[in-house]
Amino acid sequence: MIVSRLDAGSAEYRARREAMLARLRELDAEHARAVAGGGAKYVERHRRRGKLLARERVELLVDPDSPFLELSPLAAWGSEFPVGASVVTGIGVVEGVECVITANDPTVRGGASNPWTLRKTLRAADIALRNRLPYVNLVESGGADLPTQKDIFIPGGRVFRDLTRLSAAGIPTVALVFGNSTAGGAYVPGLSDHVVMVRERAKVFLGGPPLVRMATGEESDDESLGGAEMHARVSGLADHLAEDEYDALRIGRRVVRSLSWRKLGATPLLPAEEPRYPAEELLGIVPEDLKVPFDPREVIARVVDASAFEEFKPLYGTSLVTGWARVHGYPVGVLANARGVLFSEESQKATQFIQLANQSRTPLVFLQNTTGYMVGREYEQRGIIKHGAMMINAVSNSTVPHLTVVMGASYGAGNYGMCGRAYEPRFLFSWPSARSAVMGPAQLAGVLSIVGRAAAEARGQVYDEEADAAMRATVEAQIEAESMPFFLSGRLYDDGVIDPRDTRTVLGMCLSAVNSAPVPEAAGFGVFRP
Amino acid sequence: MIGRLLVANRGEIARRVFRTCRALGVETVAVFADPDADAPHVAEADLAVRLPGALPADTYLDAGRIVAACRAAGADAVHPGYGFLSESAAFARAVLEAGLVWVGPPPGAIAAMGSKIEAKRLMAAAGVPVLPSLDLADPGEFPLLVKASAGGGGRGMRIVREAGELAGEVASARREALAAFGDPAVFAEPLWERARHVEVQVLADAHGTVWTLGERECSVQRRHQKVVEECPSPGVGAGLRERLCEAARRAAAAIGYVGAGTVEFLVQGDRVAFLEMNTRLQVEHPVTELVYGVDLVRLQLEVAEGAALPAGPPAPSGHAVEARLYAEDERYLPQAGVLRRFDVGGDVRVDAGVESGSVVPPYYDPMLAKVIAHGESRAAAIRKLVTALRRARLHGLTTNRDLLVRILTNPAFAAGDTHTGFLDPGGPVAPAAPEPVDALTALAAALALAAANRRRAPVLGGLPSGWRNVRSQPRGVAFAGIEVVYDPLPDGVTVVGATPERVVLERDGVRHAFDVARYGEDGPARDVTVYVDHPGGHAELTPLPRLPEPAEHVAPGSLLAPMPGGVLRVEVAPGDRVAKGQVVLVLEAMKMEHRITAPADGVVSGVHVETGRQVEAGAVLAIIQEGNP
Repeated sequence: MIVSRLDAGSAEYRARREAMLARLRELDAEHARAVAGGGAKYVERHRRRGKLLARERVELLVDPDSPFLELSPLAAWGSEFPVGASVVTGIGVVEGVECVITANDPTVRGGASNPWTLRKTLRAADIALRNRLPYVNLVESGGADLPTQKDIFIPGGRVFRDLTRLSAAGIPTVALVFGNSTAGGAYVPGLSDHVVMVRERAKVFLGGPPLVRMATGEESDDESLGGAEMHARVSGLADHLAEDEYDALRIGRRVVRSLSWRKLGATPLLPAEEPRYPAEELLGIVPEDLKVPFDPREVIARVVDASAFEEFKPLYGTSLVTGWARVHGYPVGVLANARGVLFSEESQKATQFIQLANQSRTPLVFLQNTTGYMVGREYEQRGIIKHGAMMINAVSNSTVPHLTVVMGASYGAGNYGMCGRAYEPRFLFSWPSARSAVMGPAQLAGVLSIVGRAAAEARGQVYDEEADAAMRATVEAQIEAESMPFFLSGRLYDDGVIDPRDTRTVLGMCLSAVNSAPVPEAAGFGVFRP
Repeated sequence: MIGRLLVANRGEIARRVFRTCRALGVETVAVFADPDADAPHVAEADLAVRLPGALPADTYLDAGRIVAACRAAGADAVHPGYGFLSESAAFARAVLEAGLVWVGPPPGAIAAMGSKIEAKRLMAAAGVPVLPSLDLADPGEFPLLVKASAGGGGRGMRIVREAGELAGEVASARREALAAFGDPAVFAEPLWERARHVEVQVLADAHGTVWTLGERECSVQRRHQKVVEECPSPGVGAGLRERLCEAARRAAAAIGYVGAGTVEFLVQGDRVAFLEMNTRLQVEHPVTELVYGVDLVRLQLEVAEGAALPAGPPAPSGHAVEARLYAEDERYLPQAGVLRRFDVGGDVRVDAGVESGSVVPPYYDPMLAKVIAHGESRAAAIRKLVTALRRARLHGLTTNRDLLVRILTNPAFAAGDTHTGFLDPGGPVAPAAPEPVDALTALAAALALAAANRRRAPVLGGLPSGWRNVRSQPRGVAFAGIEVVYDPLPDGVTVVGATPERVVLERDGVRHAFDVARYGEDGPARDVTVYVDHPGGHAELTPLPRLPEPAEHVAPGSLLAPMPGGVLRVEVAPGDRVAKGQVVLVLEAMKMEHRITAPADGVVSGVHVETGRQVEAGAVLAIIQEGNP
């Protein structure tokens, strides 16, 4: 069991906590923007039509009092499109079955898909496929945002490909159609295993009356082209005709119940046990200045069952903490950066630990706070490239589920070795204190300055110190802004920014979700460079 | 000596008699109609004999079958309990002719009192004050009371306030009397309003000793059925008591009475009038037992065995109050179904016919139990009784518990100022709809339901209830009549603990504990009912479905059955014009006639049932199209 040395009464703790709380208030404000959807006016109009909001539909679909993990809530943050990307996605429990649920938000430009909607939707489908989670779509979308069609049309075909591949993989797909689902959108119900349409609301056709008249001269109307009643009685596209939205959700729940779904992964070996230390204290651990290291054991002690952590190689490569623990009863291997830098020893230790986890088929949790692999003559000569490559090789080819939490820094190749986004962890979440870039903003600006100065000197020019200072400030500010978690989350580089206090709950949900799929087969490793 | 006693009855009185039998070492035999096959009185008897069928006439009222049951089970004595055949002289005779011991008065004494008309004549001759009998055709005075000559328990009884109603009420009383007692004879008496109903317990042996064990006050009645009884009566002083006891002694002596019986009187001020004599053990006998420290059933058995009573009864001590717990709603409509939980605690005597899980059939009296408290003083007994009733766990069926508490806590009742109109509309305790559920109680119910949802969750059950990383709306539950938000909690309220069974909330520094029971959660229909019990009271809550099925179609103007029952008569045919209030059909349920009347003027557009049809509650009986065509 970890014995915490955190002093919750110290000024340092209080300062860190205050800083984290301030960031959490910002996070809440951003989430509130996503929840507000298209704003009061459009929400009001939607309600006046007797319709439920996207999140209300989701809340009524999932089991009462069950947890719901919303994914990518900050998608499109920092873009020209509203935060949330006009769609809600997440993992929720329907009739005791964990599902990936997506719901268009029709209050945001009619629920039209923009490039971020597309990326968020594709990520949700990917999670469903990787983790074998039934996929439920709550459909009401005006189709593609036409001005940005160039970024949607061609890659967007994947939405439909994913649906049918999910089905082919034995993962049920369900579409509850609450409104428009026309043109390309018609293929969402078209390619779903189970389709429910709401009477007098669902509208599913390839071409609407104006388009049909242009194409063939035929006079038609919405209902005969794509009404729920027509699809239920004539075309057969709808399997169930719902009287209203509540009825559709009721039928949707019934459909999921009738799947007789069984999870195929591991079940917890032991009952869950709360950590011995309060999650609340997670707010006061990460320093505001990420140059100051912190002991990740303080985090582990507040996340894992009974604060029990069986450390592996505690005396070797001490800048990386590795060991075994349980989260909500599921065994996990934990890799956590202790002092930021990864040396050869840490890389070799990580490689060995990842192989051991693969041997015992134990999922891995990466707790990132890394400034990258060590540079310098001594380290290069001792083979830091080989050893870093060894660790990246192990992470890349490990087949057990990986879960990554970015607590602090995630710079350089450390982001890769510690299972950054490109290494396809099953889930990746950031704390509000996270920063991620090729290197720290000051370092990056400093490198540019050195390179510029060297170039000027080579040309025999006098280096403009004033311009250099301005350049450094600009670059530093830009990189700082682009390293921030909201920005990165907006670009779908994580699955969401979470409150550190929720880490255990989020990991618990993820571990349960990954075990909907069978435990993956063990795979061989690439050749490790000796 | 009696070796094996058959109780020709069911429910609490059968169990009550068995209890004494067990104490005396007498073997017991139960009889049971089919709906009672799993009833506690059957399980507790040494032997049990089935009476095939459900209706009383086919089962508990069938003397031949019961005598046959005695033979089959080898019983050598019969106790009739109360109701059913307890006042049937023919049955008593049949028992005696079969060579069995009859735990009751001689058939002749029963017969003498069985006809109320005849009894009044006898009593008047013996010097017992009686009310005059009025001419049914021309009574000359109103209000009056029509009574069944063979009646009891309020059946076949009608109050008539004006001449215009007389013929109809007499006809209706005759029908009910015929159905209930097999005798359509009725008579009329002046109605003494706001009078007290006081009765004297008598016990006589075969050797000429007649005890009177004081009086019982039984004024608090609904529909002529007693609800609260006590001993002694707060309205009877020593002088009046002596007069009543003397009249009762005379009444018993006049008919050569043997065994336990009760002489009922109407008392108004100083005026006393003989009402009737019940030649059996009364429902409310326990209040007398507690005050006199006797076991009346034991004394009945000893008298039946020929023993002589001591010269006089023991001296009375303290005060006893009994409340009859009925499965009925605030309109006194009987409730049938599963009694999920029945648990009455405290320093009280509970004579119950049911236990947790019992099914209350629609065919018999809906009384669940009698709760009786004894105290040094009347106030002490009432307080015990009130607390026991308030804290009783009664789940599954609507009961009159709240009414009982309202009676017992009413200032007029506390003052002893009771009369037979106590529960009438406009009386001190008028019928009232259930109190709305208090917000904290509903909150406790919601939290328990949420905890139950978590416990039942097949996945992610260990995660925090209703956890969200992005919160978009409060968490709540809509119960019928009250909506509750429990996340966030109301200001000033904190949750000390919440499990599916028990919720502890703190408000303004005070902790309140709520016990919660939930039923129907696992059924396919998921029609959940939640019961919350706490020291201050209790509540029943029904969560509304989150996703209601599209409304079921009921044609406008449909008349629905208010309860399960049998169709006694259909008084209209399709196409008939009906006036508002006109009787469309009559439903018989729980031995009562329920008139289904037209809600408005209109035309009968459909009749969906016929005479004799059994219907479920909510069944469409007929459809009236409103308006005058």
